[in-house]
Amino acid sequence: MSTAIVSEPSGFALPQDQLNVIKWNIYFGFAVLAVGVIMGLGQALSYARVNVFPYYPVVKSYYQALTIHGVFNALVLTTAFANGFIALTTARGFGRKLNNALLHAAFWTLFAGSILAAYAMFADKASVLYTFYPPLEADWTFYLGLALVVVSTWITSAAQLVALRGWRKDHPGERVPLLAFMSIATYVMWDIASVGLAVEVVVFLLPWSLGLLPGVDPMLDRTLFWFTGHPIVYFWLLPVYVSWYGLIPKQAGGVLFSDTVTRVAFILFILLIPVGFHHQFMDPGVSQGLKFTVAAMTFAIFFPSLITAFSVMYALEIGGRRRGGKGLIGWFFKIPWSDPSVAAQVLAMIAFLLGGISGLMNGSYTMNMEIHNTAFISGHFHQTIGCAVALSYMGIAYWLIPYLERRELWSARLALFQAFLYFFAVMIFSNGLEAGGLEGMPRRTDMVHATYGLAAWKIPGIMTAFGGTLMFVSAMLFFFIVVMTIVAGKKASQRDLPFTATVQAPPTVGWQPRLDRLSYWVAASVVLTIAVYGPFILEHFPPSLTTQGLLYP
Amino acid sequence: MERYEKAFLAACAVILVIFLGALAYGSVAMGVHLPSRGGLIYCGVGQKLRKVLSKTPPFDHPGVQEIAPGKYRAVVIAKTWTFAPNEIDLPVGAEVSFVATSVDVIHGFFIVGTRVNVMLVPGEISQFDYRFTKPGEYLLICQEYCGELHQTMSGKVVVK
Repeated sequence: MSTAIVSEPSGFALPQDQLNVIKWNIYFGFAVLAVGVIMGLGQALSYARVNVFPYYPVVKSYYQALTIHGVFNALVLTTAFANGFIALTTARGFGRKLNNALLHAAFWTLFAGSILAAYAMFADKASVLYTFYPPLEADWTFYLGLALVVVSTWITSAAQLVALRGWRKDHPGERVPLLAFMSIATYVMWDIASVGLAVEVVVFLLPWSLGLLPGVDPMLDRTLFWFTGHPIVYFWLLPVYVSWYGLIPKQAGGVLFSDTVTRVAFILFILLIPVGFHHQFMDPGVSQGLKFTVAAMTFAIFFPSLITAFSVMYALEIGGRRRGGKGLIGWFFKIPWSDPSVAAQVLAMIAFLLGGISGLMNGSYTMNMEIHNTAFISGHFHQTIGCAVALSYMGIAYWLIPYLERRELWSARLALFQAFLYFFAVMIFSNGLEAGGLEGMPRRTDMVHATYGLAAWKIPGIMTAFGGTLMFVSAMLFFFIVVMTIVAGKKASQRDLPFTATVQAPPTVGWQPRLDRLSYWVAASVVLTIAVYGPFILEHFPPSLTTQGLLYP
Repeated sequence: MERYEKAFLAACAVILVIFLGALAYGSVAMGVHLPSRGGLIYCGVGQKLRKVLSKTPPFDHPGVQEIAPGKYRAVVIAKTWTFAPNEIDLPVGAEVSFVATSVDVIHGFFIVGTRVNVMLVPGEISQFDYRFTKPGEYLLICQEYCGELHQTMSGKVVVK
């Protein structure tokens, strides 16, 4: 016995106009990724003290390229992919289309914001990196662009909530379909989490860059940034979790075990938003008590990821055993490794194990002192966003683009090779960065022109450059496969999303239906946020806007 | 929920509590502390932080001072793209308290090979205690991006 995770399990096709706007988001995200990846190659090589930026058109400095790399890959790609993919999973989950005007508004807002930010960066008016800590100052177009990128997510969220209300009216007393629940929980989490960044940019940085405010309060802005800057990684990760929980079990021939545990995992991400202070362990102006409290909460947020490791691995095991896998680990080799979409995402999960461990090290309070702002951090987040998330996007694309285009994937074999190459490339690359980081090799530093360096950084630097080059090659292969699928893939008939079923159905009586009442969890999250951030914000109120900016270049 | 599921979730919770306990032990019992609040430097509207600092002790006299037998204070000011002073000399085994700040953008203060690794934020005083037990020359770098010549911002700590 198993239960569907969508409202219309027998079939539902989205109208073409809705598929189109989803498609634009996905393609725009990948186009931006291509630019970011080209910048990334230069950064990786710089760790081996090889400078290729003089051969790049437009790029004037390492830091300009690094800003483009971070903003495009970590902010624009992730937003575009989530806006497109999660709109699709929400619509499919409910078996009804979302408001098309809202989805169009979201896309064009994202597009306009990205173009503005791109202008600022390519014109070399915003070499402030994607963390843009004031008092480093960028052109106002950069801040306005980023604000619009965030607004596009709110519009997408509104489209989801409108659909939720409509669905509830038509289905009184029913549980929200799991696929839609996960999709909406992702955006509800982000709605709360993005407030810090929005306030920082719209209330302080944008007016400041226009000369309307005398200065900034760097400590306050930094704290607002990290309020969003940690949960933004959930915003990158949760769309991938939607695929891992909701789609991959089906693709691997298995089923998801527990509906309830899955919902609880997503709710925990909504609850445990205010942990951003663990990025500020080394900051002055934050008390040790607050730092330790947040360290404890950071360990708590590791819990839903451990749940995921259990649930998703079990779903894969069911698939592997159904396909004839035997013994303690025999099933692992029987999951459909020849399917590039599955292979890419299972490899992404393995990368996430390492990323989770290195992340736990970063969050480990005292241990953070050894690695704070070293290349170890870059190693960590290339295992997480750079592999767990990015390689999952690629894996998703290997069914999503054929689905959107009604074509077959062009060369599944090359796609399989691409996924494995990318995985091993990131392993080499991140190992280089982490090994160097443990020896004190700094992150986000132009190593080609650095006036210092240690012998111990040499081998890790070469590993980083080598792994990064392979990542670049693999990413280019990915773009090639995508383009070839769009223009030359074999025509295919309309198909459905590969959504799974659950073994244990969601109960409609007892305490569990309350899990669907997101407003409860939002209220709890807001209370916790006020408890953690309230005292700090009060201390900085009114903010003393006396620190002057530094425009660079 | 199934029995195995419950057991797995309980095991996860126990592991995390043990990890956190180890950190608390390291911090409380072994005295490994994170940088904490070192105080604020008040700078009025229209005042230059650089000028204010030059009149604010201890930043009016950057450098190393022996404040008690075997105890030192190293006062450091970071600005784009230098540390003042950029060489800190200390005797082996000395207990040193670093007191540092920035006059312009956010900088970092990282002595490679040690756990002296703090952020320097304009208007905020960063304080960090450490004991150098091994003689040698340590590399001091700014570990936070601070503009065009960030990669040149370094100094050294000489322990004899």
